[in-house]
This record gives sequence, C-alpha cells and structure tokens, in this order.
Amino acid sequence: MARTAIAPEEALQFNIPYGVTADSHLAWNMHMLVLAIVTAIGAGVFAVILWSLVRHRRSRKPEAARFSGSFWVEIVWTVAPVLILIGIAIPATRVLLIENAHTNPKVTVEIRGSQWKWHYSYVGLGINFFSNLAADSRGDVNPSTVAFYLRDVDHPLILPAREDVQLLITSDDVIHSWWVPELGFKRDVIPGYINRVDINIDQPGVYRGQCASLCGAGHAFMPIVVRALAPDQFQAWVKDQQATAVAQKNKAAAPWTKDLAMAAGAEVYGSICAACHQPDGKGVPGAFPALDGSPVVNGPLAAHLKIVVHGSTRNPAMAAWGKQLDNRQIAGVITYERNSWGNHTGTLVTPEQVETAR
Amino acid sequence: MTTDALHPSASGAGPVWRGWRRWLFTTSHKDIGTLYLTFSLIMFFAGGILAELIRAQLIQPGMRLVEPNTFNSLVSEHGLTMIFLAIMPALVGLANWQIPLMIGAPDMALPRVNNWSFWLLPFAAILLWSGFLMAGGAPDAGWTFYAPLSTKYGPPSIDFMIFAIHLMGISSVMGALNIIVTIINLRAPSMRMMDMPLFVWSWLITAFLLLLAMPILAGVVTMVLADRHFGTSFFNAAGGGDPVLFQHLFWFFGHPEVYIMILPVFGVISEILPTFSRKPLFGRVSMIYAIAAIALLSVIVWAHHMFAVGLPVTAQLFFMYSTMLISVPTGVKVFNWTATMWRGSLTFETPMLFALGFLFLFTIGGLSGLMLADVPADYQYTRSYFVVAHLHYVLVTGSLFGIIAAVYYWLPKWTGHRIDERIGRWHFWLSLVSSNLLFFPMHFAGLSGMPRRVADYAPQFAPFNLASSIGAFIFGASQLLFVWAVIKAIRGGEPAGDRPWEGARGLEWTLPSPPPAHTFATPPSPEVVRAEGPHGYD
Ligand code: HEC
Ligand code: HEM
Ligand SMILES: [Cu+2]
Ligand SMILES: [Cu+2]
Repeated sequence: MARTAIAPEEALQFNIPYGVTADSHLAWNMHMLVLAIVTAIGAGVFAVILWSLVRHRRSRKPEAARFSGSFWVEIVWTVAPVLILIGIAIPATRVLLIENAHTNPKVTVEIRGSQWKWHYSYVGLGINFFSNLAADSRGDVNPSTVAFYLRDVDHPLILPAREDVQLLITSDDVIHSWWVPELGFKRDVIPGYINRVDINIDQPGVYRGQCASLCGAGHAFMPIVVRALAPDQFQAWVKDQQATAVAQKNKAAAPWTKDLAMAAGAEVYGSICAACHQPDGKGVPGAFPALDGSPVVNGPLAAHLKIVVHGSTRNPAMAAWGKQLDNRQIAGVITYERNSWGNHTGTLVTPEQVETAR
Repeated sequence: MTTDALHPSASGAGPVWRGWRRWLFTTSHKDIGTLYLTFSLIMFFAGGILAELIRAQLIQPGMRLVEPNTFNSLVSEHGLTMIFLAIMPALVGLANWQIPLMIGAPDMALPRVNNWSFWLLPFAAILLWSGFLMAGGAPDAGWTFYAPLSTKYGPPSIDFMIFAIHLMGISSVMGALNIIVTIINLRAPSMRMMDMPLFVWSWLITAFLLLLAMPILAGVVTMVLADRHFGTSFFNAAGGGDPVLFQHLFWFFGHPEVYIMILPVFGVISEILPTFSRKPLFGRVSMIYAIAAIALLSVIVWAHHMFAVGLPVTAQLFFMYSTMLISVPTGVKVFNWTATMWRGSLTFETPMLFALGFLFLFTIGGLSGLMLADVPADYQYTRSYFVVAHLHYVLVTGSLFGIIAAVYYWLPKWTGHRIDERIGRWHFWLSLVSSNLLFFPMHFAGLSGMPRRVADYAPQFAPFNLASSIGAFIFGASQLLFVWAVIKAIRGGEPAGDRPWEGARGLEWTLPSPPPAHTFATPPSPEVVRAEGPHGYD
C-alpha cells in the first residue's frame, strides 16, 4: 500500500496533541487543567521559598524567629489542597466515565499484538492483515533519509472517520500497549484479556503511534499507523479488500508452481519473518540467526518444516507459525527461504507436505 | 541495660579484628554504616555507567551502539541496581550510622544480624550482574519484570535476578527488624517517642513499610520462578493464570517501595533545614503524622501504575482518589519545610544547598505525580517518557539529592573533618543544572509521544534526547566531585569539632568527631536529651 507521506517527518512537539476523538479532546482539556493547577501551585511555593532565601539569609536576618508551628496555618494548608483536589477529581471522574462508556459500534476491529507486529481483523467483514514496521526503517539506515523513521508500517489500520468503531485489543504473546496519541488513549495488550475501547475519529487523516509497553527486543520497532477515511471511501476500501480476498481464493485453486510459491513466500517473508531474520536473510547476530547459509534452511526439509510450523523449543521468539499461516503460505515461505540469497536448494515445498508436518 | 550483654567486644572480652577481618566480622553500627555507604557509592557508579550507556545509545536516532536486547538489559539492570543496590543500601547505611547516635543507644540491637544484612548485598550484586556474562544476556524485562516477558520469554539470567532479589529482600527485612527493635528498645530512657528526631521517626515508619512490602516481592518473584521452571501457571493465561495478577502483586510491593526510598530522605531534610535556618522544624507533630499518613496511604494506591490495563472503572476511580489524597500529606511536608525557613537566619553550606535542591526538584516530581494521578490524562502519560521524567525527579533529585545532603551533613561527624565547601558548591551547582538538562526535556519527549524503554526513536524526539544525553554526561562527571569531597574529608582537613554546624541540634552533636568506637555506653542524661531535643529551643 502506498505511503501517505505528507511531510518528511513528523513535527517537533512539546505537548500532547489535541487529537481527533472526543476522548482525546477531553483528555487534553484535563491535561491542560491539571498542568495549569500544578504550575500555579509550584510557582506559589517556589516564590515563597525564594523570597525566604533572599530575605531571610543570615546577612539580612542575623537572628532567627523562634516560632515552630501554627495550628490555623496548618489547618489551612491541609484543607486548601483537599479542595483543589476535589476540584480536579470532579471533572476527572466525569471524563473517565465518558471515556469508559460503550457506544453502539458500526465497525469492530480486533487488534492482536505479537512480537513485534500488529494483526488487525475486521469482525464480520472477512478482512485481516498484519501490520509491520515499514521496510525502509529496518536495519542500519540513516533516519534522516526515511520519511517516517520507525513511525511507518506496511499496512496501516484503515478506519472510517465520523463513525463509532469498537476496538477489541488482545495479545498473542507478551504484554504490549496500543498507543496513538491523537486518539487520546493507550491500552495494554494483554494475553488472555480482551480490552474494549470505543472510538469515533472526527476527521480523516493519518495518525501515528507505537507500542508503549516493553515487549522484548523489538519494542521500539512496532509502530502503529491509523488511516481514517471518509465513510464512503472506507466502504469502497472494504469492497476492494473483499474482492482481493476472493481473487486470492481463486489463485489458491490454481496449480502450485515454483513461481507461485516464490511469490507467496516473498510476501509472507517480507511481512513477518523479515522483522527478525532481516530482508537480506542475514539475521541479527546474537539474537536472530541468519537464514542465508543456515544449515537448517539448506539441510533436510523435515527440520525446516518443523521449526517453522511448530516453532523453536529453545527460543520462544521463533513462534509456531503453523497457528497463524495457512499451508500455502508456509509452503511458499519455506520455498522462498530455500531458494533466496545464497541458498540454492531448488526445493519446491507443497502445501500437502506442510499439512503432513502439522 | 548494659553494653556488655549486647556487645561482647565492647568490654574487650571478644577478639579485636584488624585489617580486612575487621570489616568482615564487624558488629559495630559505625563500621557497618560505612560498609553500606561505600557499597552503595560503588553501586551508584555501576548503575550510573549503565545510565550513561543508555544515554549514549539515545543521543540521536538510528544509533546502534548496542543491540536492542542489550539495551533492554541496560535499562533493567540500571533500574534494579539503582533501586535495590544504591538507594536502599545508602538509606540503611545512614540509619546504621545515625540512629544509635541520635537516640543515645550504644549500637544496633542485633549487631550480628546487622553484619549479615550487609554481607548479603555484595553477593546479591554479583548474582544480579552475572547476567551480563550469560548466554541470552542480563535480565531484560525492566525493573518491573512483568510476566510473561520475564516468565516464558525471559532469559536464564532472570533466575539469578530472582535469587538476588531474595537475598536483598532478606537483607532489607532483617535491617528493618533491627531498626525497629533498636528504636523501641535502646532509646535513651528519657527520650519520649514524640521527641525522637524526625530522621529516626521516618526510619521507624519506613521499617514497618519494608516489613509489609518485601515479603510480597519475595512471593511474586517465587511465583515467577515457579512459572518458569515448575510448570505452574500463576501468570500464564494459556494455563488459566492471569498476567494482570502479576502487576497487582508487583505494585502492591512497588508503590510502598517508592515511599521506602523517599521517607527516610524526608527525615534527613527535616534535620538539615532547621539546622541551617537556625530555627526549629515547623509543625513537628504534623510532620510525623504526615509521614505516617503517607505510609498508610501508600498501601492503597498501587493500581495507579495500571490505569492502561483496563481495570473496571470503579477501580480506576478508587485508585485515582487515593493517589490524589496522598498528595495532601506530601504537600503538608513541603509547606512545613518552607515555613521552617521562613524568618529563619539562613546560611547555605553544602548540605543546605542539596536540601534546597531537593525541596525545589522533589516538588516538581510531586507535582508531575499529581498529573499522573489524573486518570484521563494518564492514559496519555503512562508508559511514556513523562513517567521517566517524573520518577527521576523524585528519585534522583529527590532521594539521591537527599542522600548526598545527608552525607555532607554528617560526614564531619563521621570523619572528624570539615568538608571542602568549594568542592561541595561546585558539585551542587553542576548537579543542579545538569540534572535539569537531563530530566526536564524527558517531560516533553513523553508528552509528544515517545514511549519509555525504547532502544531507538523517531527523529521528532531527537532534540529532547540530545539535551538529555548532554545533561547525563555532565551529571555523571559531576558526581566525581562528590567522591573527591568525601575522600578529602576522610583523609584530613580542618577539624570539625563536636558540632561543626552551629545551628545543629541532636545527641550526635554531643559526641566527639569522629566518635570513638563505643558511644553512649551509658545513656545520655535527661538534661542532655532535653537540651538537644525539640524542646531545647524553648
Ligand atoms: C520474533 C522474531 C522471529 C520471527 C518473526 C521469525 N523468526 Fe525464525 N527464528 C527466530 C529465532 C530467535 C530463531 C532461533 C531459534 C532457536 O535458536 O532455536 C529462529 C530460527 C529460525 C529458523 C532456523 C534457523 C537456524 O539456522 O537455526 C528458521 C528456518 C526460521 N527461523 C524461519 C522463520 C520463518 C519462515 C519466519 C516467518 C514465518 C520466521 N522465522 C520468523 C526468530 C524469529
Ligand atoms: C546519571 C544519572 C541517570 C541517568 C542519566 C538516568 C537515565 C535513565 C534512563 C535513560 C532510563 C531509561 C528510561 C527508559 O528508556 O525507559 C532510566 C530508567 C530508570 N532509572 Fe535512571 N538515570 C540516572 C540515575 C538514576 C538513579 C540515581 C535512579 C534511582 C534512584 C534511577 C532510577 C531509574 C529507574 C527505576 C528506571 C526505570 C528502569 C525501568 O524502566 O525498568 N536512575 N534512567
Ligand atoms: Cu510491543
Ligand atoms: Cu506508585
């Protein structure tokens, strides 16, 4: 999908964005209210201390006063903060209740986090895809040459603007956190939990964020891009996606050839495996093995099938992809790995072979 | 109560060790205090080197100084080292040196336990750091080691971290018991509880908090160990467990823990400000109640670290209110300190400078804490660099500045020599400026969308990170001045006299500097206790 770059990079900001949802406006208002209050308190306290530092230094005041308490003063500065806090707590409670309320959503998207990518499924629409760090941010690149370094993905989450959308958020492995500041919240992505957040984006646009909870080596490398489309454009996008899905099904009926396998494999590899093993198959020394020249990739097929379908027994980072990918995808990616870079095994792996390995 | 029963070698009956054996076998609170403080100083530098590496990696986007895994290990080991091996031992070291001197006791009540509490720590440190030599690297799940990142996905070194935490926990619990027993039983007979110095009060309350919190931590790390090796599923959703349970348990320990690191410092500040204001502490009794109130409230606020988890809205409201409430007694403390200086006769020796640095910068950390309590806005702040800014304002310019102030304040008593004020002033001003350059921009990085614990970041966060990194290098280098000042005072200098700060009150100032090996073998007289206590100003 083409990138929606408008500027070479996001602009320097000092504050939370006002955002594009009702919740984000409320959160921003709360933030500014509390910021004003704490700034005022801080300024007041600091002014008194500074006054004292200047006026009550020994050169000006050789003899200290002797008082050591005052009942009423202490009552005042215990009660006054309580009143201020009540002043903060009332709007905060109101906003919190609104933010946690549920609407009647038109569109429901399931968001699954996993190391280190997002999986978006549109419930009832038959659309689902993975969203990975964009290829141009990977590896040893100069950030200033990349449009949105570490803040861009291959497939953004497409949502309708001005419609109620429900997000169901969960994880396949460790805890992540789904955070797009313009949407006004972050929500943890927890295995075994489904967190529900309802949003309504008030204007079309592209909004960027990233995973906010330490989730392993790739924590800094799982950005989130939300692209909000006008409702009719969104409907058109849905139709388009559904048509592509049908075309893919038809393709699946076509006879399995090496070209087909290599093409399917390249796509899977680029969107999933490259995050760790790198687009050039060289891996990351010490963390992810190179597949280029790997004995597993160039050795007997059974071992290769086993690690891709069932995962590594030693290192959970290499997941059991059999659960996420279908037979054609796995056959494709294994064929791709065995015939790319410096690997020239010539093997064509078939979906049937994958089925027996399951 | 005689000294002999408590402290056999005091009567000369036991062997007197020399050389390294003196330090290994010592049961003297003074020697053990020195051991704790020296150890903690080394650990501050160890953790500081990790921090400098973190900041070097983050100086600009796209840096590949270390691999992302290693970066996560640096962050985790930095946090664990600073909290468990630097701040906490420093506070226990201050307690060891000062509590017996301030309450007129001959030593800690359980001297052998005291020795053992200390000597567990170097072994804990070795275990914690051994991960750097292991396959899979050092612990890398943050100092909070959330499951399942630390269970199913953690490297083997997590087991060593767990064992290290057990050792540090045992050490803390024994230390806390010792402090409680000493304060209750060995106080000079004429010193009433309400007349105890604020530092002693703050440690008494902290010790109870330690007894409450550390066993929970021991439990939670043991559950992590069981999940990792014994087939349990406490925190494994696939096995019917609950990853969020980990967070509840961890923060039930973790929030009291942050107060464990600050309450004794509140005590220190309450000693130093009156001394250099030449005026009694304002609202002494309410200061004591405020510490107690903070300690009690600290047990019911833990889930404010978990607002993004998706707790029921009633729970979020409860924890928002309880957290906001804790700022009331904290505010009382800041106001009372300010009032202590009001119309005093102020001078600005190094301990006072650091105490004032604490007062300003801890207040900034407290105010950003109030912002974090505000749940709708916290959905944005939490897990971002804003939190890193907040925690360093309270820990570095809060706890650490307070500890430095305490060392400068009591060093003349411990060594018998005045500190070099010139080095002290340079140390203070450099630390003050550089710590703000280091930590203030982190607020903006967080507000503009940078998550914490990231090994690399987008260019729009670059200016903040560059400033932080420059601040970090200056801050780190400035701390060498502290070492210089301490070594200089140990090796010589102008004699301190019994009471190097003429405004100081307290039993420790009635002793020679340095104090002889055995002090208060007979308790101080009621007249002395009264003159040095809060009523001595009357
Ligand atoms: C999250 C990171 C990650 C992703 C994504 C990933 N792998 Fe791996 N992979 C690993 C790690 C780590 C190992 C080493 C496992 C071990 O030591 O047992 C590995 C090992 C392998 C091996 C064995 C290589 C050897 O020389 O031992 C193959 C083959 C492989 N992966 C294929 C894939 C394929 C195909 C995909 C995409 C479907 C993929 N990997 C996605 C992390 C990953
Ligand atoms: C030279 C001074 C210091 C510098 C430059 C520094 C810098 C940092 C940085 C950059 C992080 C990582 C933030 C992130 O990526 O999330 C961090 C984390 C942390 N620091 Fe410091 N720090 C310093 C001193 C201290 C001290 C003295 C303490 C304790 C009293 C401390 C406690 C912590 C804690 C608890 C964390 C969180 C670790 C985690 O996320 O698990 N730091 N510090
Ligand atoms: Cu993540
Ligand atoms: Cu807390």
